[in-house]
Amino acid sequence: MLRAFTAAAAAVVALVGAAFAAGEAEHPEDHPYSFDSPVGGYDMGAVQRGFQVYAQVCAACHGMDHLAYRHLGEKGGPFALYRVRNHETGEEELHVGAPAHGGHFVDVVDNPYVRSIAEAAVISDVDPNTGQLTDRPGRISDRFRAPFPNETAARAANGGAYPVDLSVITSARHGGADYIRSLLIGYDGESEGVLYHNPYFPGGWIAMPPPLSEGMVAYADGSPTTVEQYATDVTHFLQWAADPHMEERKRTGIVVLAFLIALSVLLWLSYKQVWRNESH
Amino acid sequence: MAEAQAGAAHAEQETTRRDFIYIAAGSVAAVGAAATIWPFVAQMNPAADTRALSTTEVDLTAIEIGQQIKAMWQGKPVFVRHRTAAEIASAQRDDFANLKDPQSDAERLVQADGQAGRPEWLILQANCTHLGCVPTFVEGSSFGGWFCPCHGSDYDTSGRIRRGPAPRNLDVAPYVYLSDTSIRIG
Amino acid sequence: MKIHGHSTYEPQSGFTRWLDKRLPIVRLTHDSFVAYPTPRNLNYWWTFGAMLALCLVVQIVTGIVLAMHYIPHVDFAFASVQRIERDIPYGWLIQNMHAVGASMFFLAVYIHMFRGLYYGSYKAPRELLWILGCLIYALMVATAFLGYTLPWGQMSFWGATVITNILGALPLVGESIQVWIRGGGAIDQPTLNRFFSLHYLLPFVIAGVVALHIWALHEAGQNNPTGVDVKKKEDTVPFTPHATLKDLFATSLFVILFAVFIFYMPDALGHADNFIPANPLQTPPEIVPEWYLLPFYAILRAFDFNIGPIDSKLAGVLAMFASIGILFVLPWLDTSRVRSMRYRPIARQFFIIFVVVCVVLGWCGGQNPGRILVPATFSATLNWTQGGQVIEQPVTSQGAAQWDEAEQAARASLTEQGAGMTAVQRAGADRGTATGVIGGAVQTRTVTAHSVDELEAQINGVTEEVGQSAPFFQVERRIPFTFTVTTLSQIMTAYYFLFFLIILPILGLRETPGRVPDTIAKPVIGGEEAGAS
Repeated sequence: MLRAFTAAAAAVVALVGAAFAAGEAEHPEDHPYSFDSPVGGYDMGAVQRGFQVYAQVCAACHGMDHLAYRHLGEKGGPFALYRVRNHETGEEELHVGAPAHGGHFVDVVDNPYVRSIAEAAVISDVDPNTGQLTDRPGRISDRFRAPFPNETAARAANGGAYPVDLSVITSARHGGADYIRSLLIGYDGESEGVLYHNPYFPGGWIAMPPPLSEGMVAYADGSPTTVEQYATDVTHFLQWAADPHMEERKRTGIVVLAFLIALSVLLWLSYKQVWRNESH
Repeated sequence: MAEAQAGAAHAEQETTRRDFIYIAAGSVAAVGAAATIWPFVAQMNPAADTRALSTTEVDLTAIEIGQQIKAMWQGKPVFVRHRTAAEIASAQRDDFANLKDPQSDAERLVQADGQAGRPEWLILQANCTHLGCVPTFVEGSSFGGWFCPCHGSDYDTSGRIRRGPAPRNLDVAPYVYLSDTSIRIG
Repeated sequence: MKIHGHSTYEPQSGFTRWLDKRLPIVRLTHDSFVAYPTPRNLNYWWTFGAMLALCLVVQIVTGIVLAMHYIPHVDFAFASVQRIERDIPYGWLIQNMHAVGASMFFLAVYIHMFRGLYYGSYKAPRELLWILGCLIYALMVATAFLGYTLPWGQMSFWGATVITNILGALPLVGESIQVWIRGGGAIDQPTLNRFFSLHYLLPFVIAGVVALHIWALHEAGQNNPTGVDVKKKEDTVPFTPHATLKDLFATSLFVILFAVFIFYMPDALGHADNFIPANPLQTPPEIVPEWYLLPFYAILRAFDFNIGPIDSKLAGVLAMFASIGILFVLPWLDTSRVRSMRYRPIARQFFIIFVVVCVVLGWCGGQNPGRILVPATFSATLNWTQGGQVIEQPVTSQGAAQWDEAEQAARASLTEQGAGMTAVQRAGADRGTATGVIGGAVQTRTVTAHSVDELEAQINGVTEEVGQSAPFFQVERRIPFTFTVTTLSQIMTAYYFLFFLIILPILGLRETPGRVPDTIAKPVIGGEEAGAS
């Protein structure tokens, strides 16, 4: 069969060479997250569950190079530990996450949750005695365990596709947390070879198989073990991971803005005083 | 007359009000400037990752009697010395010598968790307490211990300062035995 | 920065008298920033100079701090920025200040420049003052570009690639300059290292030129909203406290805006792709500069056609440089004898259009250049035959110039043999194949769509429907003129240059300005413009 183009049409096509990028992705679903508002913080329960989902599901393929285990237990982290005095018994109790008021932050070095999370990871390192690569239990100062030694190995193990690093993924995608959540629950079951259809993914076809399935992660706090809940939680965790100082940032912002407004009023009054008798 | 007085009082009030605004604005601005400077000062403190490089584990099996290794802990060297019987005896004998910074050998072996140590293993921070050089073992030491080549501080086999400008004994690194053959520093 | 007129500084103590004889630094400060006579009618548009000074200080101070923690290495740059945000005490705050600060700096400088443009602050005797300002602006652009490379994200890398390629468009020397700047064939470690060094250097150069800018300002004296020269002492007030407090108040409001971005929208002005580490193997789907450079990006892309010997790429590059360069000669392009556009009603309207044009150019710079702005109908006619016999014939011509003749001849020859439909497929400059079909049923269908993509989809649909059974297929696309972002950019670019090259020179000679007051004091005291402050 022959397909011929007339010369005129070809010329016009060349003129309009800059065509649209094919396949506009579907707009992510807007989910009401606790961190959306200017004063909203993280729901640390969701961040903790999200970490569990990451560790048990995502971490098999996706690294988080810029996070260390200690980050989980630093101020503002999901496993930050506080010593709180119980008003009834008068005894000090440990409290995960910042208490409403009071409480003494426990240094991450002494945080048993973070230590056990780190020690459960197997880290590849140089043996100080032999100089050979060896496996050892993780320390809190270790970065999250990388699932693959390098990008080439990651691609080789995933049919040529590279499972991206998730450290700042919610910042690195248009649509942020909503996009990630929509992507995780957006699979419609269609697939073609190694590609899966997902209307939220630019281009529509993604190499990542649907990662979540109902009941695959057991929650200790009784939250529903649905795909939607997993997606919401892990996105909450990823948002925290990308922006761990958000709560401190918003808190500081209120103080700074209040101060600046007061200063502006005083400066305005001073200005008015100085110019009181001057025409201008 | 009364009118003039009232006018003067009014002017005075006016002056006070004006000065109050200037002083308030100036003070608030000064507080703001000071608060702004703080983050720029604080940023030079050790970062969270630096503070968290907390522990180093040392396998003791590779260190023969009479040998020592320098392990790195939080960016600083730490002596892990496997002492000979003679060194131990010398250290214990000098517990009652005239010491600049009196401390018994047993006190210098105590682990970070408060438990007693073992006399054959001495774990010391390797920086001279004078100005931070790393002393060498035996060479030049009149007390059979460490000698600092920078300014001549002389330490005995327990790492106690015996002569020279250093003010204190070599600091004991915080360590605990993980097993008979390994320790964790920090 | 000595002011014309006598110094009013009188040292009060023994020490200040001693100091004044040896290093009159207190006198200089007093004369420049305390006693300095300021036109009393300056409005809030004049407070942006103070904000710019603040911005420069903030960028330098935060920059020095960031340089203590940043690592200019391709393997560690991205990670070191992450470490600043996560682990350095208050690193997140300082990093946000620096990143947002760049945007605030440009916001203030654009308002400052538009103010100068509106009130004729570039006119004699302030030409050098204006030119120094343009130089500062050009240095700011360079510094911002260099700095944007440092986080080593995708936008950093590809922005640097695109911009250095721009230099490669220059004739003869372009490629050498490009390699020289990059320190290699591509953006890589040498580029990052030198960009870091230069990004550290340039702000201090800017600070130096700012000193000259202020010197020139204090020599010529400030312009004012009337554009009328200061004639007597009553026209002015001392800089401190009058102007100082007004500047401080306005700056305080500016800092509130700054803080809103720092604490609540730190990434709003950035681009998501810069959170992806640089990858030389993959270009992001769209490369856009930071918002403050978008108008120039639009001008660069507006040239999608060759102009005589200048190809489209070079034309775009030249236009982009010219759009900044033209500011330097503005004092000699505007022929009006009246400074302030307050008294130039026609010029004022052109100025307002100019501001809108700059904003629209910025919008265009952020859009896909092919985006269609005015809906148009695209159609195509598909002809095919069912059945029939296909005949082929080679086409050759003496050279490319004779091709059309050869094609006509081949078609004629096929038609003579009885072919109903003919088509020619070219295989080279002077070779090809002509195809015709004899007999068969001719089928025709027309499809319409609202974009080229949609049209192609329709055509593909028909092709698939007809399938392999059709031995002969002909598509005739009718693509109308479409008004795209590029078209809009072209119109806006044309106005940008017309404003400076035609409107200002001619208008200055032909317009009838309104009545300009004799002194500053006149409109100040009860004049019609009294409320303008």
